[in-house]
Amino acid sequence: MAWVTQTLSSSLGRKVIMSLTGLFLCSFLIIHMAGNLQLFKGDGGRAFNEYTYFMTHNPLIMTISYVLYTSILVHALMAFILTRHNQASRPIKYAYSKPEANSAWASRNMGILGTVLLLFIIIHMRTFWYEMHFGSVPMAEYDGKEYKDLYAVVQVAFGELWYVILYVICMVAIGYHLWHGFQSGFQTLGLRHKKYTPIIEFLGKYFFAIIIPAAFAAMPIYVYLQVHHII
Amino acid sequence: MKLESKIPEGPLAEKWARHKFALKLVNPANKRKYEIIVVGTGLAGASAAASLAELGYNVKAFCYQDSPRRAHSIAAQGGINAAKNYQNDGDSVFRLFYDTIKGGDYRAREGNVHRLAEVSVNIIDQCVAQGVPFAREYGGLLANRSFGGSQVSRTFYARGQTGQQLLLGAYSALSRQVANGKVKLFTRTEMLDLVVEGGKARGIVTRNLITGKIESHSAHAVLLCTGGYGNVFYLSTNAMGCNVTAAWRAHKKGAVFGNPCFTQIHPTCIPVSGHYQSKLTLMSESLRNDGRVWVPKTKEDAEKIRKGQMSPNDLSEDKRDYFLERRYPSFGNLVPRDVASRNAKNMCDEGRGVAKTGLAVYLDFADAIKRDGQKTIEAKYGNLFEMYEKITGENPYEVPMMIYPAVHYTMGGLWVDYNLMTTIPGLYALGEANFSDHGANRLGASALMQGLADGYFVIPYTIGDYLATIGPGDKIPVDSPAFKETEQKIQEQIKKLMSIKGQRPVDDLHKELGHIMWEYCGMSRTAEGLKIAKEKIQALRKEFWTNAKVLGDADEMNQALEQASRVADFIELGELMVDDALNRNESCGGHFREEYQTPDGEALRDDANYAYAAAWEYQGEGNPELLNKEALIFENVKLTQRSYK
Amino acid sequence: MKITLKVWRQKNINTAGKLVEYQLDNVSEDMSFLEMFDVLNDSLTRKGEEPVAFDHDCREGICGTCSMYINGRPHGPQTGATTCQLHMRSFNDGDTIVVEPWRARSFPVIKDLMVDRLAFDRIIQSGGYVSVNTGSARDANEILIPRTIADEAMDAAACIGCGACVAACKNASAMLFVAAKVSQLAILPQGQAEHKERAERMVAQMDAEGFGACSFTGACSVECPKSISLDHIARLNREYLGAKLTSDNING
Repeated sequence: MAWVTQTLSSSLGRKVIMSLTGLFLCSFLIIHMAGNLQLFKGDGGRAFNEYTYFMTHNPLIMTISYVLYTSILVHALMAFILTRHNQASRPIKYAYSKPEANSAWASRNMGILGTVLLLFIIIHMRTFWYEMHFGSVPMAEYDGKEYKDLYAVVQVAFGELWYVILYVICMVAIGYHLWHGFQSGFQTLGLRHKKYTPIIEFLGKYFFAIIIPAAFAAMPIYVYLQVHHII
Repeated sequence: MKLESKIPEGPLAEKWARHKFALKLVNPANKRKYEIIVVGTGLAGASAAASLAELGYNVKAFCYQDSPRRAHSIAAQGGINAAKNYQNDGDSVFRLFYDTIKGGDYRAREGNVHRLAEVSVNIIDQCVAQGVPFAREYGGLLANRSFGGSQVSRTFYARGQTGQQLLLGAYSALSRQVANGKVKLFTRTEMLDLVVEGGKARGIVTRNLITGKIESHSAHAVLLCTGGYGNVFYLSTNAMGCNVTAAWRAHKKGAVFGNPCFTQIHPTCIPVSGHYQSKLTLMSESLRNDGRVWVPKTKEDAEKIRKGQMSPNDLSEDKRDYFLERRYPSFGNLVPRDVASRNAKNMCDEGRGVAKTGLAVYLDFADAIKRDGQKTIEAKYGNLFEMYEKITGENPYEVPMMIYPAVHYTMGGLWVDYNLMTTIPGLYALGEANFSDHGANRLGASALMQGLADGYFVIPYTIGDYLATIGPGDKIPVDSPAFKETEQKIQEQIKKLMSIKGQRPVDDLHKELGHIMWEYCGMSRTAEGLKIAKEKIQALRKEFWTNAKVLGDADEMNQALEQASRVADFIELGELMVDDALNRNESCGGHFREEYQTPDGEALRDDANYAYAAAWEYQGEGNPELLNKEALIFENVKLTQRSYK
Repeated sequence: MKITLKVWRQKNINTAGKLVEYQLDNVSEDMSFLEMFDVLNDSLTRKGEEPVAFDHDCREGICGTCSMYINGRPHGPQTGATTCQLHMRSFNDGDTIVVEPWRARSFPVIKDLMVDRLAFDRIIQSGGYVSVNTGSARDANEILIPRTIADEAMDAAACIGCGACVAACKNASAMLFVAAKVSQLAILPQGQAEHKERAERMVAQMDAEGFGACSFTGACSVECPKSISLDHIARLNREYLGAKLTSDNING
């Protein structure tokens, strides 16, 4: 099995781990966003809470969620290892450097963006995931069945202006991260082709870097406006 | 000294095959007992080092560059000739042989040149097998083009970077042998002397350019693959580091020097722009396939263009002189290099040159663009046009390109026999460093061919003959007196250079040497001028040893010291070149003596008196060198006046 | 033109270096950047100061020797060109130009602006070749290579090994260099026999030399004097992963 460890500890192997975990997280974002669109339904949170129940009780989803947690950790840990390695590759920095002349800002700052996102995930999970699993969430009853009322937790959290602003900023960060990250993941896997790469780039830049973060950012804004009866 | 060329007996086409059979072989198990030093890692050096290592010899390869891949073979643009006759246009080994002999103005050996033409076909096979991406046709077969002075399409090419691709092929073969442990590589290491003991080459003394350390390396044989000496002119198309030191020091140890005055001036270079100019850039000769060379018909128009009062595009057709097409209707713009260069010089001498300096002629693509469209021209020469624009700041699609001849290649070099051995047993010279195959003028796309022929297909056979004769025990250790004395001498020379502490930077002295050589020993020469040159060079030599300024220390990276040591040798070589040019009272190829020309200004050979290779023998410090003559015998070609009319 | 230069001066690998300022008053815009350095060195020598050491050789953009990091970019502001192909007309009168050596752990500074790039040679030695001994080749036209394939291989083969890709990369990664060679030989039929080991060995050597990983910023390709495409890096990734998954090499 030497070849497995050797492969995964090579610079290319590590990038493959980054790519696979990253692309998996991208696919998760689609599901997460689609589900959370229930927030916009205007039904007092019933659809959202039913969806939450499904997500926390379906065995398949529960299994995948562990893969998801692992992916986040591995992605972050590998990024840390790679960043240290990359920094060590240039022990003496240039006195004067002009990187903006040859590369996009996002591509050079994936580490910083990723760190912001990691902090965001921690806050996000503390607010919702932790409350859902270990906190005291009020209950709601639909058609005689009891549901944890996560929608209420959402309303409390997104009722705070600073929290909404934080969310929006983090969604900008995720936009930049995916602007580069999505297509980069395919490059790492060697999936580059005259015919398909433009499609991947289009998806990465417009769908993953703009539409998804915009949809996510709309949620706290919408809930905030609703909670404060502005709409 | 009796020069034995060792050309084998028998019919021309069978000489090489017979010779290969007659050569002694080294048994495979014994090959590992031999060490061979290869100096230089260009086409000749890298291909020789790799091929010899593949055979089982232990090779030490040296280069002054930081990597073997940077040797100046890399800069060859146009292509490599081979008598494959893939185009079905009448090419053959004999035709390539004939063209090369004639192109060299009948001053090369028939035997060597025929062998070169024979192995040319193997070179292409070898390079393709290595992964050299030669240009191809859509169906997948190799593409060819015709090239300077040839009427068949036999030139193989890889865009405008043929030399690069061939060198990288040889470099990859060399790298493979380094990985195999059969080649030990010494980069940033310069050979400063040859060690001769008991009449045989025993090894070399080198300087580590990073640490300044003087070191000795012992071997059974030494191969000098150190390129040409065009930098004696200061401005040339050679790389800045190209030098004659290895060859010159071997010469001073007893290797005779062949035809030093035979230098090639390439017609299509970018003209000089100012006194600070450090080197000249070649524009591939292939440009002459589509470009038309011209100057204004009148001095007055030329004057206006020089002063910037008129653009060349404003000059109507009837006021232009397409001088090559006018003088050589059948070859037109494709006449050989020496002819094209000399004509350009004549135009400028008449006062019809263009550019601010008056030292340039036009190479115009307007007609080709009109005929084939800009796209086609771009596909063919795009990278060259870009390069031109980068250097001059002018767009050659709109304004005609300006070109002027520049020193490009030296046909002369260490005298070698048919086995490529110099007059010192065990010392070989390959590629441009030797004198053997191009006579007085080299045809386009033949330098790459010769370098690789020598390295891949000649030396692996011929070296065995010598090694088998001497036996594996015939080698001396590096702590023997011969090595120690040589090391000592080199140390003293370096100390001497460091202690001149004069006023002039070495580069400045080198420039002065270049001016003298270009003025008096360049495109055309006269007895009178050469005599002046000799005096000037002698004075410069004195100036050098009393007024050169080399700063820094000898035991560290010191580029000024490297240059000083090279320039000292160039000065000595320059004097020999002048002697050789003065001795050769005829015009042939690149050597044009104004006194010897036909009524219409072409080179006038004197076959009765000068059909020989001049081989100069060093006679010790301060003594004139001794001229030895190797008579050139032509049995298969008829010596005629070279005509491209 | 008047130019102010800030040049990295460092005596040798064991000594710390610093930027030193020089003034040049008579710079012609037709001069090449390296000729400007010749002029500087001439004046330094005449003043008795040691000239600046820098690597250069062919001065026509093909040998890959020159290696200056000029105003924050490898080979200066021009793209598709080496330092020796840069001319002073790319600058303005009164400009200040900062010149540093390539910076990478794998490219230690030898002196001033000169670095050691032997790591590149070692990478090629690890597999950047086709194993064919001299004399054993078959006729060149027996291997059919369609023009498009030959052209693509040539695009990759154009690499001059200057190291600008490493110098430009924020991670000092050598991926473009390695990719160019792996890709050239992976595209061509001649390279097929060894393509798996080649990718495995060259990547292993690249890592052993201490180069960083690829972040796909694209800086390498933009700064590459031969504009080598990122497509080749993708092909290297494909070659490497394919080799790792399917080669017989189970020991790493």
